[in-house]
Amino acid sequence: MTDDTGRGTVRQVLEDLGDVIPASRLLTDPAELATYECDGLAAYRVTPGLVVLADDAGELTAAVRACARHRVPFVARGSGTGLSGGALPHADGVLVVTSRLRTLHAIRAADQRAVVDPGVINLQVSKAANPQGYYFAPDPSSQQICSIGGNVAENSGGAHCLKYGFTANHVLALDVVLPTGEEVTLGTEAPDAPGYDLVGAFVGSEGTLGVATRAVVRLVRLPQEVRTVLAGFRSTDQAGAATSAIIAAGIIPAAIEIMDALAIEAAEKAVSAGYPAGAGAVLVVELDGAADEVEHEYAEVERICRDAGTFELRVATDAADRAEIWKGRKSAFAAVGRISPDYIVQDGVVPRTALPEVLRRMGEISAERGVRVANVFHAGDGNLHPLVLFDASEEGATERAEEVSGMILDLCISSGGSITGEHGVGSDKARYMPRMFTDDDLDTMQLVRCAFDPDGIANPGKIYPTPRLCGERPRVVQGAHPLQQAGLAEVF
Amino acid sequence: MTLADELGSVCPVRDAGADDAVDGVLPQVVARPASTEETSALLRACSGRGLAVVVRGNGSKLSWGSPPERVDVVLETGAMDALVEHSRGDLVATAGAGMPLARLQQQVGEAGHQLVVDDLAAGSTLGGLVATNLAGPRRMWVGAPRDLVLGMRLVRADGTVAKAGGKVVKNVAGYDLSKLLTGSFGTLAVVTEVTVRLHPVPPASHWVGGAVPSDRLPGVLAALVASQLVPHAVEVHATPGADPSVVALVSGTEAGAAARAEALRAELGPGASVEAAPPAWWGHLPGRRDGLDTDGLDAAGAAASPPARTVLLKTTSRLSGIPALVEVATAHGATVTGSAGTGVLWAALPARTPQEVADAVDAVRRTSVDLGGSTVVLEAGPQARSAVDTWGPVPAVDLMRRVKDEFDPTRILAPGRFVGGL
Repeated sequence: MTDDTGRGTVRQVLEDLGDVIPASRLLTDPAELATYECDGLAAYRVTPGLVVLADDAGELTAAVRACARHRVPFVARGSGTGLSGGALPHADGVLVVTSRLRTLHAIRAADQRAVVDPGVINLQVSKAANPQGYYFAPDPSSQQICSIGGNVAENSGGAHCLKYGFTANHVLALDVVLPTGEEVTLGTEAPDAPGYDLVGAFVGSEGTLGVATRAVVRLVRLPQEVRTVLAGFRSTDQAGAATSAIIAAGIIPAAIEIMDALAIEAAEKAVSAGYPAGAGAVLVVELDGAADEVEHEYAEVERICRDAGTFELRVATDAADRAEIWKGRKSAFAAVGRISPDYIVQDGVVPRTALPEVLRRMGEISAERGVRVANVFHAGDGNLHPLVLFDASEEGATERAEEVSGMILDLCISSGGSITGEHGVGSDKARYMPRMFTDDDLDTMQLVRCAFDPDGIANPGKIYPTPRLCGERPRVVQGAHPLQQAGLAEVF
Repeated sequence: MTLADELGSVCPVRDAGADDAVDGVLPQVVARPASTEETSALLRACSGRGLAVVVRGNGSKLSWGSPPERVDVVLETGAMDALVEHSRGDLVATAGAGMPLARLQQQVGEAGHQLVVDDLAAGSTLGGLVATNLAGPRRMWVGAPRDLVLGMRLVRADGTVAKAGGKVVKNVAGYDLSKLLTGSFGTLAVVTEVTVRLHPVPPASHWVGGAVPSDRLPGVLAALVASQLVPHAVEVHATPGADPSVVALVSGTEAGAAARAEALRAELGPGASVEAAPPAWWGHLPGRRDGLDTDGLDAAGAAASPPARTVLLKTTSRLSGIPALVEVATAHGATVTGSAGTGVLWAALPARTPQEVADAVDAVRRTSVDLGGSTVVLEAGPQARSAVDTWGPVPAVDLMRRVKDEFDPTRILAPGRFVGGL
């Protein structure tokens, strides 16, 4: 049974899956479904029609195939830590949860590769590789709970991507079940697989091109030396000047982070990070690599910070000291809850050179609108995370905060930057895409969508405000033997 | 009215000559648009007439891959060669696709910056590097063009102009079309402008290494790629019947780089030395500088028989498989150079009979695929080409065909040149 849009129903999918997946992992009870109604962006909530807790790649594939067969929308979800509503369910669709696929198939240090299931936790990969001297470089703040599948979907970054790049730079190959139900392998374990770079297109596609069922990722050698510097400044201008000078000196630190006075206040209240009292800004610089290079770079950074006016400089050379410095930074988002009942975490990017001007304008907007904005940012790559503070119980406060949040994004766009550096577009920012891209730009992206997902059933409504209708074309999954049919497509 | 006259209202167009053939396929005209807008108008005119278009930068890699099924128009990017922007504080540059890499390096070099891409083919334009995702030794340091391209302007087959990505190093808004187009051999769209991430030029560089007996190769390579001394490149070079050479690049501060180079030398053993310049084979495709002339002449100038071009392969494997891949390739007469640090090798087979070439390709390909990689025949004369499978097994080729169908439904962009006859 299909309605007049050609879409089938969740019930049909449920019937198909009844033979394949135990009923205990096919959730339809409203109370159970409620657990999955939002991801890390709790402002958006939708109750899914069906939740499938897949246990292995076969079940994951079966779930997507059933959706493909009946043209029922599906949304993939890993750990549910995303901050843009990318895993927001579809009311008439299926939420496919990958978090039970947690097998770490291989750590092959000599090849600098790990082979993992999509539900494997980011930090677990590093923990498994550490004894052999390796780690997985992308380190989003949520790395203790976020999954590799989610990292792939969102092209996750983290504090250290200035030097080491994003998830897209660390994924070599993916097993994927396409929205048509086909299973394909994209890429090879070695770089430069022949043909189009479909791994490059897939990573960061926010679940709109299919679901990864296995990933081959790159492992990076642990550095010989890591040194973390905390410098207190009177103002963000001073901290920003130090950042520019470090980059101009030819140094690419592993991370350069800035927190402003309000963010410092929140972090101090939450975790007593011991940041310098009275600081208008703190700068955290982490240097890593070969010991003698780090030694040299450290001397440069120290000199630059003193020249830029730091009044307190602290250095961590061991893991415990380093954790102490990072504690305040990593807890900053949650810490803001200590100084404001409600807040919006924004994510925008500006060219590094535009930082002082953008921060000044942000200060003006904040003052004009009477809305406090705390700032935490990856200064090295111009990735801002303004925290817009408000009290939802005050009349009109939510609207004012949202307006300020939107003005900040406009500021990012007009400075030549981006509406998102690492949190993704998801449900939250689809409406801003036309401010950054022309209709033709967006239409060109939709060409990729139509090649992967001609029926538009994979995470519909995310990223793009008005999806293009793909031309009529034969559907891949049909008839009695979709398994064989799709399987044959990959026989060489 | 000739085709040159018809298209001439859009941009400068001339009749093609014998030198304009694309891997043996003669075009009718050569068009030279000077802007994205002219490129758009040209492609609109071509798609309306069903004319096949092949993009040419400096032409250094134009014979790579399969020959196109047909070519009507060669689109030269040479008039789009400006440095549009070099944002020094952001370490980002935007330039036209026709910008020669050497000139780009010189211009951004004034600020102590560089695009960390080694021009293996010598003479590449920025567009050509992007079209082939060409990367040499230092890909171990920062990756390949796919990792360095931040955004681009592109013109679709029907003339639609679009922007991909942006001008900031961190950006996850929408699909990363720049990665999709990088390495697509001009079969999806015409790239007119590219924005790239730059890196500072390190103050000092040293090359460490030397000849390594074959039986020690696995151990030496394993030690180098696992070193915490952060070599920016680990290259292997091997010819049939001789011990392979292994050389690592160590860059950084004057004192630091020298000390690390010395430490690596000690690790490598008695035969290793530290040099201030790379060996002659470094950063070049094998073949041309190794006595295997592309015209089928050996080093002494004697004509090989039958006259044929050197066959150039790109072959990859997992890191631990590189010694085995080197061994198989050299056993089949190949000269091999490449990045042992990332698992990407280039192999030049001497001009031989098509059957010998086919056997060699088959052996190298089987080994590379078994070791998690692939083998592509980039260059070959017509006889050898007809005896081999240029691309070998391509994962997800059906999906690639659908991508091509969406971008270029009438197949006017380099038809037949890419995997699966796309």
